[in-house]
Amino acid sequence: MDGLDAIVALLVATIRAATPLALAAVGELVTEKSGVLNLGVEGMMLVGAVAAFATAVATGSLALALLAAIIAGMLVALLFAVMTLSLMSNQVATGLALTIFGIGLSAFVGKDFIGIPIESLESVYVPWLSDLPLVGPVLFSQDPLVYASVALTFAVSWFLYRTRPGLVVRAVGENHSAAHAIGYPVIGIRYLCVLFGGAMSGLAGAYLSLAYTPMWVENMTAGRGWIALALVVFATWKPGRVLLGAYLFGGVTIIQLHAQGLGVEVSSHILSMLPYLATIVVLVLISRDQTKIRLNAPACIGKVFRPDH
Amino acid sequence: MWPRLEARPERSRVMVYLTPLVAAGLTAVAGLILFAALGHDPVRALTIFFISPLTTSFGLTELIVKATPLVLCALGLSVGFRGNVWNIGAEGQLILGAIFAGGVALAVGDAEAPWLLPVMVCAGIVGGMLWAAIPALLRTRFNANEILVSLMLSYVASLLLGYLVHGPWRDPDGFNFPETALFGESALLPALVEGTRLHAGALFALVAVGVVWVLLMHSFIGFQVKVMGMAPRAGGYAGFSQARVVWLGLLCGGALSGLAGMVEVAGPIGQLHPQISPGYGFTAIIVAFLGRLHPLGILVAGLFMALTYLGGDTLQIEMGLPRAMTGVFQGMILFFLLASDVLIHHRIRFGSGPARSRASTRTGGA
Repeated sequence: MDGLDAIVALLVATIRAATPLALAAVGELVTEKSGVLNLGVEGMMLVGAVAAFATAVATGSLALALLAAIIAGMLVALLFAVMTLSLMSNQVATGLALTIFGIGLSAFVGKDFIGIPIESLESVYVPWLSDLPLVGPVLFSQDPLVYASVALTFAVSWFLYRTRPGLVVRAVGENHSAAHAIGYPVIGIRYLCVLFGGAMSGLAGAYLSLAYTPMWVENMTAGRGWIALALVVFATWKPGRVLLGAYLFGGVTIIQLHAQGLGVEVSSHILSMLPYLATIVVLVLISRDQTKIRLNAPACIGKVFRPDH
Repeated sequence: MWPRLEARPERSRVMVYLTPLVAAGLTAVAGLILFAALGHDPVRALTIFFISPLTTSFGLTELIVKATPLVLCALGLSVGFRGNVWNIGAEGQLILGAIFAGGVALAVGDAEAPWLLPVMVCAGIVGGMLWAAIPALLRTRFNANEILVSLMLSYVASLLLGYLVHGPWRDPDGFNFPETALFGESALLPALVEGTRLHAGALFALVAVGVVWVLLMHSFIGFQVKVMGMAPRAGGYAGFSQARVVWLGLLCGGALSGLAGMVEVAGPIGQLHPQISPGYGFTAIIVAFLGRLHPLGILVAGLFMALTYLGGDTLQIEMGLPRAMTGVFQGMILFFLLASDVLIHHRIRFGSGPARSRASTRTGGA
């Protein structure tokens, strides 16, 4: 394998590793923009992953599998929304509950699917563009979800900052009392944003079980849901930066996987710590500037809204 | 007519203690439905899950063995949770406690050493505290979110343990299995009941209940933690330090989780291997909430959650259901608890119209 091929292979792998992070983080970003902190990303991803895999095995249709993942993600997100928005439970505790529940539920459902092979999501070669050197194989010969993750990121960015409904979402997240006083349905808007986050997390999980490693393994997200949460902070709640951060983390994951192949004599256990340690480092670097966080974080994040008060 | 929620003038003390029972009841009902949907005899399955582990002396001692690490971790977490310090890395702190205590035990080996257990206790506590000090430092110094940092460190701790038992600490006579040598006799906690796995670690948990009770209910620092948790601005005006509460919350969690790790490896396990904890540190989060962040409540909740582990095992043996059932039940309990907690601050009203006018109508009619 000559140098260029190796670089292409690394970049392709980086983008693939980044895609589930980008999908989940963009979904969580919309949820957080509306003022809701859903710590259940990991659980929603797992439920999406197992729903997609089970559907793929049962029907053989990957399109149906993706749909199942989206619906499954939205269903568990709905559970979270009912608890935190209608029953006004603590968002941090409920998010943790969602993750614990998602881990248990997915392991339970997935028990019968361990070791079954499926056909993975096929790459789509963009005509003409995929023949270009370097950028062709890296950017235009990926599977549909990779394109979708990029498209959805830009769509979310456009929605939040260039449309009226997007402005309303941000208003609800910044000051729910004011938004309520003007007459916006705060709870309804938050429901929709939480559901969108669930759909995206479900899709991110589906990417893992259908494309990244086409199989079902218990707890296969391995903390990616939590890394996605950290990415939102890293991106200071800006969609474009989420994508950038996801590719950065994808790169760290790939370096860790390929380090031994490149002749680095370090235990695989130690190398596997890299993405988690990188998350901590990045969080520290971003969070140390408190003004920046305070200016960018939605002001009402995690706060309970009681319409009668 | 749709039921609606009406805010109570003040929180209901009855509901604070009633909702955990409501949650357990709802979980049982949901369990019945779940088992029926899976095509199993629901009553039999539920009996096997919740009752049959309690009918044998083996089951009862195992219950205490499993409850011990849960209670220890949850006690530590409760100090943080009360002050709004969200340490969810108890799993990692437990593993570090196990590594530190295990490292001491392995260094001493088979030598007779009566001082070994106390040293291992200290090592376990220090290990857990060091691991918890990282999120505390990063939160107080750099404002980094302790939820994410402590959780990330749990993955790192698990990998560190994997590295040690696959590499430098692997038993040379262990047929290449990823595990350390068995600890010497002096490094093992004595059994409380001969012939069972019930060991002295359970006493540590009881002592910890007392210590945390005094800390939270009868100390000034415990008062500060509670004030900072309920009304951080009021605490600020009183001159209480947020940083001190963060440090205290995380270090308590680390110390007791580390102790739990020591108790596990010096008690039922007797060596280090990659699966020393079936997620005790995460389940402890549920235990802490279910126990209402109160030491005595946590003791009861710990025993109850230990039952879900045993129930999952029994269900697998007797009905061939996957062990993952445990996780499903644990998640459901926490969900139902958080959902029914709405009753602490609200009451359910049926019908429309403001409640006051309804109340006055009723008085008028009486």
